[in-house]
Amino acid sequence: MVTLGDYLVVSGILFTIGFAGVMLRRNIIVIFMSLELMLNAANLSLVAFSRFHVGADGLPNYNAQVFVFFIITVAAAEVAVGLAIIVALYRARQTTHIEDITSLKF
Amino acid sequence: MAAVLFWIFALLMLVFGAAVVINRNPVASALNLVVSFLGLAALFVLLDAYFIGVIQVLVYAGAVMVLFLFIIMLLDLRAEKIRRINWPATAGGIAVAIAFLTQVFHVIGHFKPARQIFPPLTGSKIDDVHNVGRLLFDTYNLPFQIIGVLVLVASIGVIVLSTRELR
Repeated sequence: MVTLGDYLVVSGILFTIGFAGVMLRRNIIVIFMSLELMLNAANLSLVAFSRFHVGADGLPNYNAQVFVFFIITVAAAEVAVGLAIIVALYRARQTTHIEDITSLKF
Repeated sequence: MAAVLFWIFALLMLVFGAAVVINRNPVASALNLVVSFLGLAALFVLLDAYFIGVIQVLVYAGAVMVLFLFIIMLLDLRAEKIRRINWPATAGGIAVAIAFLTQVFHVIGHFKPARQIFPPLTGSKIDDVHNVGRLLFDTYNLPFQIIGVLVLVASIGVIVLSTRELR
């Protein structure tokens, strides 16, 4: 049978993949995709906990699912704004490679 | 049966998630991300979270991925040229990721409830759209309205960012 731990392990591995993508990749759009992977890994463990805590009425704990709904909404807004910033950056600098964008580097 | 499906979809999600990071071509990365999100939506359905599963497909595999592909095509990105790889940075990144994964496994290994299987749902009728909606408009009404304002601000911000010429 599938335990809670299996879902948490899968969620942790997915988060690590996203984390490694942010650390290793140099293309700003792929870094952005890796951020989405990390957000989704957090969502997976929240939904797993929601299903694990069955209340007195025999239903899962829906608070976590409402939380996931909010995370998905915020992530969608974040993707829209982030991609607009990337387009503006590309217009100004003609690059999406983060090693070419060092104006803010100390 | 549910266990077999869980492992199939979990493996699908992780393999395509890794392909997102490994692929050099951004378009291939974006398409791998779609498959990864669909696997995740299947896992949500396996956890009886049908509403979240549908939202995942609509918002992520639909809207967000179209936005990503649209921007990639707009910027006309080619596969990355192989640059000189910064070996210390790469090794450091991999080391931090492995250390993080070890931590996660350690914490889950010492978390007692992680070894239990999921208790069965005994509710008479599991219509989670109804239940999530009740909670959203009842208990979480104020956050729900705030998030509406957030989406409005984001859409105005996107329009401002994309029309003005940045120097």
